[in-house]
Amino acid sequence: MQSWIPLVPESASTFSWQVDALYFYLSGVTLFFTLLISGVLIFFVIRYRRRTPYEIPRPIAGSHKLETLWTVIPFVIAMTMFGWGARIYFNLYKPPANAIEVYVVGKQWMWKLQHATGQREINELHVPVGRKIKLIMTTEDVIHDFFVPAFRTKADVIPGRYTTLWFEATKTGRYHLFCAEYCGMNHSGMTGSVIVMEPREFDDWLSGNTGGTTPAVAGQQLYQTLGCASCHGANGEGGRGPRLAGAFGKISPLESGQSARVDEAYIRESILNPQAKLVAGFGPIMPTFQGQVSEDQLVQLIAYIKSLQASGQPAQAASPAQAASPATAPSPTRNLR
Amino acid sequence: MRPIESFEVPAPPRVNYINAQYGLKSWLLTKDHKRIALLYLGSITFFFFIGGLYALMIRLELLTPQGDLLQSTTYNKVFTQHGIIMIFFFLIPSIPATLGNFLIPMMIGAKDLAFPRINLLSWYIYLLGGVITIYALLAGGVDTGWTFYTPFSTTFSNSYVVATGLGIFINGFSSILTGLNFIVTIHTMRAPGMTWFRMPLFLWSHYATSLIMILGTPVVAITILLLAFERVARVGIFDPALGGDPVLFQHLFWFYSHPAVYIMVLPSMGVISELIANFSRKNIFGYSFVAFSSLAIAVFGFLVWGHHLFVTSQSVYAGMIFSFLSFAVAIPSAIKVFNWTATLYRSSISYDTPMLYALGFIGLFTVGGMTGLFLASLATDVHLSDTYFVVAHFHYIMVGGALMGYLGGLHYWWPKIAGRMYPEGWGRFSALIIFVGFNLTFLPQFIAGYLGMPRRYHAYPPEFQVFNVLSTAGASILGFGMLIPAIYFVWSMRYGKHAESNPWHLPGLEWRTQSPPPTENFEVTPIVTWEAYEFAPREETEVVGKFRPELERI
Amino acid sequence: MAIEATTQPVHGHRSLQHHFENMEQQREAGTLGMWIFLVTEIMFFGGMFLAYALYRSLYPAAFASASNHLDITLGAVNTGVLILSSFTMAMAVYFTQVGKQRPQVLCLVLTLFLGLAFLGIKAVEYHDKYEDHLIPGRLIPGNPFNPAVQEEGQPIDHHKLHLLPGATLEKVEMFYWIYFAMTGMHALHMVIGAGLLTFLIIFSLKGRFDPEYHSPVEVVGLYWHFVDIVWIFLFPLLYLLGRHFEHG
Repeated sequence: MQSWIPLVPESASTFSWQVDALYFYLSGVTLFFTLLISGVLIFFVIRYRRRTPYEIPRPIAGSHKLETLWTVIPFVIAMTMFGWGARIYFNLYKPPANAIEVYVVGKQWMWKLQHATGQREINELHVPVGRKIKLIMTTEDVIHDFFVPAFRTKADVIPGRYTTLWFEATKTGRYHLFCAEYCGMNHSGMTGSVIVMEPREFDDWLSGNTGGTTPAVAGQQLYQTLGCASCHGANGEGGRGPRLAGAFGKISPLESGQSARVDEAYIRESILNPQAKLVAGFGPIMPTFQGQVSEDQLVQLIAYIKSLQASGQPAQAASPAQAASPATAPSPTRNLR
Repeated sequence: MRPIESFEVPAPPRVNYINAQYGLKSWLLTKDHKRIALLYLGSITFFFFIGGLYALMIRLELLTPQGDLLQSTTYNKVFTQHGIIMIFFFLIPSIPATLGNFLIPMMIGAKDLAFPRINLLSWYIYLLGGVITIYALLAGGVDTGWTFYTPFSTTFSNSYVVATGLGIFINGFSSILTGLNFIVTIHTMRAPGMTWFRMPLFLWSHYATSLIMILGTPVVAITILLLAFERVARVGIFDPALGGDPVLFQHLFWFYSHPAVYIMVLPSMGVISELIANFSRKNIFGYSFVAFSSLAIAVFGFLVWGHHLFVTSQSVYAGMIFSFLSFAVAIPSAIKVFNWTATLYRSSISYDTPMLYALGFIGLFTVGGMTGLFLASLATDVHLSDTYFVVAHFHYIMVGGALMGYLGGLHYWWPKIAGRMYPEGWGRFSALIIFVGFNLTFLPQFIAGYLGMPRRYHAYPPEFQVFNVLSTAGASILGFGMLIPAIYFVWSMRYGKHAESNPWHLPGLEWRTQSPPPTENFEVTPIVTWEAYEFAPREETEVVGKFRPELERI
Repeated sequence: MAIEATTQPVHGHRSLQHHFENMEQQREAGTLGMWIFLVTEIMFFGGMFLAYALYRSLYPAAFASASNHLDITLGAVNTGVLILSSFTMAMAVYFTQVGKQRPQVLCLVLTLFLGLAFLGIKAVEYHDKYEDHLIPGRLIPGNPFNPAVQEEGQPIDHHKLHLLPGATLEKVEMFYWIYFAMTGMHALHMVIGAGLLTFLIIFSLKGRFDPEYHSPVEVVGLYWHFVDIVWIFLFPLLYLLGRHFEHG
């Protein structure tokens, strides 16, 4: 703990210094204008104080030159702030392609996180330093907000949607995780930590926490138990329902003549509300799964569908050892709820 | 140079609006805008003290990081109710419904507002909304935050959301009717010779405020109505469980609630223009720029609501447009600050209490406005939104801006309203205390916010405690400072020195009738032959830039 | 000394309120006040129009299915009724301005009658929706939203909802909530308008209005036309848009 009062929080992501630099620029401009205005005010107030009770100063109508000056200068300064801020913002919300994905489900009042490799965490997130991490987030109830001050980034977590947040930690350590959108009774208890580790330590941590199945494998099990396979094929190769393998990320033509990108939100909608956006050539025969699958399970199904490559086989995620023991423990999903 | 003579005062106070009629009924059924202003003054002061009490509870709770004084459910209700009471029942009506109501007809030389009965009705509507809200608070309170975000408010909260919403919905109509009355009055009731550009800037800013009131308030009214239906009847367009979009609520809510900030601060800016001009005996530098900047703020204010949604998965392009427009709306505010400052150049400044508030306002509003840029800028807003930085910023605007203007205006026009002087020494003293207490309360919150302390937290990590202790200390000073005017205003109503018609020796129309004014404001309809803030003959006006050496003072 | 008495003659009309200088000023204030009030009304309805526009663009099929189930004949008749009532209202204002009391009363009564006819037809429509279990949510506790759906191949039943491809009942319910919210709010304005007309009829029977003092009739007329115009927007948005979906 520092002995002085800090002015900025710890810097632990690639964004930190960028945001800090802009912050210092803004603070500098603020300080300059505040001091300028106060200084001029104080000078005028003293210099032009009323000396005799009946003095009348000479009126001054105004000056177009000055008005133009103090319209244009602030506008130009404001535009530099705008441009600078917008540039960083674009990077903040444009997730990179090669990031490690972590699924986040918020609920009153905890954060449930699951790594693509299956490890589950509550109110804690372990990540390796120097790697890009992308969070895919949703919530079971109200709006929450995933906020890590040390990373200078946050994003709302909204029911019925998937929002994303990405960062690249630059320093190992333990950092605050806050819920920054008021969410009810224990809002201020919906906090936790992000633990940034050296890659090697992180690998150790991963191998020491192999309890859970990966989301993709859990999704594959759900895929079987919910009977998805009867129409979409055992490995998502399609049948009465459209082909799922290799579909993720593509643009799919719809029955209505429009088209849609197959992303997390689209898969979610198609499971809960299958008739909303039918793939071209398929009838409205799929029943809704509304109320039958939780947000956690939706995330797993999405992870499974994402893992299906064009060949029809799940990618590296589903290791045979894990897939072979589906019922070793009660579903971790249920444990958490 | 010609000194401003006070208008000749009739020695014994004659019949005025206060002593024209007696009895409770004469107040409750009055159609006189001045009496209605006093009714408002009493009621908003009542709500201000309730809101202040909640503020005190918040600050006491946050003294320690553990959250041990109040339970989290209680704390959530306390900050929600602090916001609702202060915003809807104090700040929004504060200046327009009291000072605006009292002064708009007097400043344009009219006998009353255009619709006196609607004016009284709007007070009763305000009261009804207030009573329903107080009922909701007493019955169990509401814990959604003043922002009522869905789906928490529609589905998850177990508190009196519908009753509170109804109170706010009803109160909204009071605001609409006030705005309507002001616009019609300013358009149709001006005395002969009172052209638009002879109007005091107080009127321009109230005109702009009224525009926001009539355009924005209906939107929040329908939004809250839909929210209430969604909660009661499970018919919905906001809750995703019903197929709706919770972010739509935020768009509709902020479409009103961002301009609502300008409802609070624009009238205050109008007051400040009056104070700066009159206490430096100088016409406002760049009158038309200050006047039109009010309208610009009212118009641009409607186009920036999206900056509350930068972290709500709004499209980055929408974010950019809203960020750009938010920077644009800062410019008219900056123009005002520069013009006020320039007005003081070569003026004759007195240090009366209202002027102290005006100078305090300019300083605090500059800080509040500049820190707004941090929140308009996309990248810094992502880090700062929903932290104490935001809390500090809007308190600088609402308390440092709106409240300072309100107090300054109240002191300035108190002789006219009450016919008595307030004690000047105590006035200056409390202005100073309030200024110091305010800064001590809210400056540390900027730092706590950048360090990442989220708002609406009942318990917080211990490293933020130092800022909270400073804040609480400041809040106690601020609270103490607020009590002083409350006491001496009441005291002065009975014991204050009798005020002359024109105690400050000013040219404005409201000072050209007795104090307190008669019910009809003026004995005869005045004819205006002078410009606003005309202290000296026009031909002596100096033009900066086209410097005329013959006018140089020797 | 800057205060001088104005030289304007004082109009002694019995309806001049004390704080106005003359009838002209009073009339101007009243009319402007109503225009501004109507602006707030536009913003009030605007929130609902926005919600309609948003969800219609998100769920076109469901909105078309729900819209197709509305009774276009009754809607069209009601549109005609309202346009006619606007005409009689305009005539009432004209007759007041020229000071013809008898046709003035007649036109006001006709307007009121047409307004009530609109409300009656609207009530019939609402009742049909009630019968078909199309009242959304728990608005009517005993009758939840539960419409019968037209199955493929079965004989056409007009009480059943025909769902177009891609439409879901959840979104149809949302359409009906928006429909009831908008038409209900419109009907509430009609009821208020009918109340105002009743007052006008009473006062005009007493001969209170004359060419010098007619602003109440004019102001209520503005309000009445506004309520009509809202319907002119509601009818195509709710009843007509999306019909083409049925035919591909």
